[in-house]
Amino acid sequence: MTHWLQRTALAGLITLTPLAALAEETPAKGANIVVTYKDDIATLDPAIGYDWQNWSMIKSLFSRLMEYTPGTADLVPSLAESFEITSDGLAYTFKLRKGVKFSNGREVVASDVKYSIERAVNPKTQGPGAGFFGAIVGFDDLSGGKAEGLSGIETPDDHTVVFKLGRPDATFLHVLAINFASIVPKEVVEAEGQDFGKKPVGSGAFVLKDWVIGQKLVFEKNPNFYVADTPKIDGFTVEVGQEPLVALLRLQQGEVDIAGDGIPPSKFLEIKNGPDAADIIVDGEQLQTGYVAINTRVKPLDDVKVRQALNMAVNKERITRIVNGRATPANQPLPPLMPGYDKDFKGYAYDIDKAKALLAEAGYPDGFETALYASSTDPNPRIAQALQQDFAAIGVKAEIKALANANVIAAGGTEGEAPMIWSGGMAWIADFPDPSNFYGPILGCAGAVQGGWNWAWYCNKDLDARAIEADSMSDPARKDERAKLWGSVFTDLMADAPWIPVFNERRVVAKSKRMGGPGNIYIDPTRVINYDAVYVKQ
Amino acid sequence: MIELILRRLGGALMILFGVAAITFVLLYALPADPAVQLAGRSATAQTVANIRHELGLDQPLIVQFVHYLGNLVQGDLGRSYTQKTEVMTLILARLPATLILMVSGILVEVAIGLTLGTIAALSRGGAVDRLVMTASFVGVSAPQFVVALLLLYVFAATLQWFPMSGFGTVSHVVLPALTLGVLGAGWYARMVRSAMIDVLNQDYIRTARAKGVAERTVVLRHAVPNALLPIVAMIGIDIGQFMGGVVVVEAVYGWPGIGQLAWQAIQQVDIPIIMGVTLISSLAIVVGNLIADLVAPLIDPRIRAR
Repeated sequence: MTHWLQRTALAGLITLTPLAALAEETPAKGANIVVTYKDDIATLDPAIGYDWQNWSMIKSLFSRLMEYTPGTADLVPSLAESFEITSDGLAYTFKLRKGVKFSNGREVVASDVKYSIERAVNPKTQGPGAGFFGAIVGFDDLSGGKAEGLSGIETPDDHTVVFKLGRPDATFLHVLAINFASIVPKEVVEAEGQDFGKKPVGSGAFVLKDWVIGQKLVFEKNPNFYVADTPKIDGFTVEVGQEPLVALLRLQQGEVDIAGDGIPPSKFLEIKNGPDAADIIVDGEQLQTGYVAINTRVKPLDDVKVRQALNMAVNKERITRIVNGRATPANQPLPPLMPGYDKDFKGYAYDIDKAKALLAEAGYPDGFETALYASSTDPNPRIAQALQQDFAAIGVKAEIKALANANVIAAGGTEGEAPMIWSGGMAWIADFPDPSNFYGPILGCAGAVQGGWNWAWYCNKDLDARAIEADSMSDPARKDERAKLWGSVFTDLMADAPWIPVFNERRVVAKSKRMGGPGNIYIDPTRVINYDAVYVKQ
Repeated sequence: MIELILRRLGGALMILFGVAAITFVLLYALPADPAVQLAGRSATAQTVANIRHELGLDQPLIVQFVHYLGNLVQGDLGRSYTQKTEVMTLILARLPATLILMVSGILVEVAIGLTLGTIAALSRGGAVDRLVMTASFVGVSAPQFVVALLLLYVFAATLQWFPMSGFGTVSHVVLPALTLGVLGAGWYARMVRSAMIDVLNQDYIRTARAKGVAERTVVLRHAVPNALLPIVAMIGIDIGQFMGGVVVVEAVYGWPGIGQLAWQAIQQVDIPIIMGVTLISSLAIVVGNLIADLVAPLIDPRIRAR
């Protein structure tokens, strides 16, 4: 049996960072920064927290076996020192870094890893990420309440963890890098119970010093963090309840360093054309695609020609202008940053005449009436109106139903309910930078169920089989082959046109002039804000 | 008096029960599933089912309601779905901010409203009267978020007299209280004016004036206390209203009150928080009205406790 072995020196983590490009900038010592958000921070329990605000804070409070190089989608061992994968892809052996301590002073050992993953899967935790660990042997028993632990995780000694998988899963290393795989100390979790999310204890770059509910959270640097020169600031304070407009005014006056909610659309052009634009605005790509899901089980959208016609009817350039150009028109489900994205794929070009001809061929020369669901938060109703006008140009009258996100999600997950959904405000942002994460839940047969997120109710058994084939290529040496196979799944499914890929939205964050570093640590593809990497210029 | 309070508190319990029942049914009739919302995008059907089960959402509505009431009787409002923290903790943490904003808002509106209303009544029909009434009309009609942003822009961003947002010192409360006060003051000024005009036409005022009492004393000692009655009732209502949270004002000034909590909870279908805030603000409305009813006889002895 051949073993694939990877050892990464600690130094590699640092030297590989894009920060090297900005070597002339020296981070100031002892800096504390202020970050604002409008909404409260929900919970910092890594097994439960699952929104774009707490995501980056949890990342910085806890450590995981695997991690990403800041600002990139490159996986590197983190709490693990090294790992081995068997050639059949069914066993992963990790050697843990020695001497890593939780912020309560106790050393992190192998049993903590086993406990943490089991806790994330245990139904009693009510964790949303349990399903990510589905490949581990014993998952069904624990998830179904028939067992207390995962038989597929073994800890031969304090610094070795072995994962046994029931099927090869090429995304498994990514899974060990997501927040749900964060390592927590059992004794603290058991003592705090459900309050652990308010009093988290981990072994990440920061510790939570204080949390004044509804007002602020104070994070302080973990002086014992195992990654050298990390973090680069002494602490950060997250102030919540801050209206984005007010946060921006405060940022311009130097009271705030990062306005987490970005720049309100009404202020965007003013700021963009202002004198400080280059210093203040960080604009970056993220793993996101905004799309219209076309329900393949609702008449007349069940006709592929109708769906293709709708694809050709949308003027994507115009829609990107509605979001002040903060997006790039898309022609396939995968965003450009994702492995497998096909830059040569053309998709459906904007062509009203061809769209009308297709509709006539399908037996609807005069169009038809349907409905378009959308989130009621700005700018989504305006985008829905633009789509409505585009559809009207080929005779399709779509009634707009602008609802609260929860109601749109509920309608999308009910068979036969929503004919079309504009995904904005609820759009898919990848959990980890791997194409499989863009397929299963939102385009695969598994997601086309009651309460699922496959709002197109699209189920193509052939593509599902190819998806499984791609995900069984767990040998990292076959990375490129796998990405190619995945890419073809996404471009081939466009022949069935279950989606209208509209645009890939870029994220915009506002930062104060004193903040340094490249844009991709403020819009990190796997973290949003990378608190471990941001710094204040000297 | 004691009997009245007990009777009213008994009534309050019935009202709260009704509010709890109606809110509960309405929330569960929503076409949004909290378990799906919580489980997020990547969750499998099994995960959603597990979460639904752990939250007890898979039980019949009536069982859930009885369970909720059982906990409620013990003062347990449950745990937030999204924050996992006890709802009581979340509400108590925000209560001081809400109380401070309420008290200072009421002080501002009463101070401005009473003064302007009295001045307007005394110069009834005159230019000052018309000016005050126009101003109060503007105050009543101006959308709160516009007033809030204007005050913020002028006094915080430009003049920098006050902090732009936050909570903690006296200077933090000035602008939010003023924003609330401008709206309330408009109403109060109009009410005080008509009550004062009414009182000033009474026989005893004419008698006082005929006796040669100074005009200042006539107004302050004889007229104002009698014109206060409708204001007291109104303050009672305001207590309830402000306790429910003044969402817009809280949002603009980053004020950590209950309104923001409720608003976020509604967006996230966090039913325990919505229930908790609804119950607490209903309780405040009931108590506010009770206080107004208890204070009224002290001001006007003609009103006796029924």
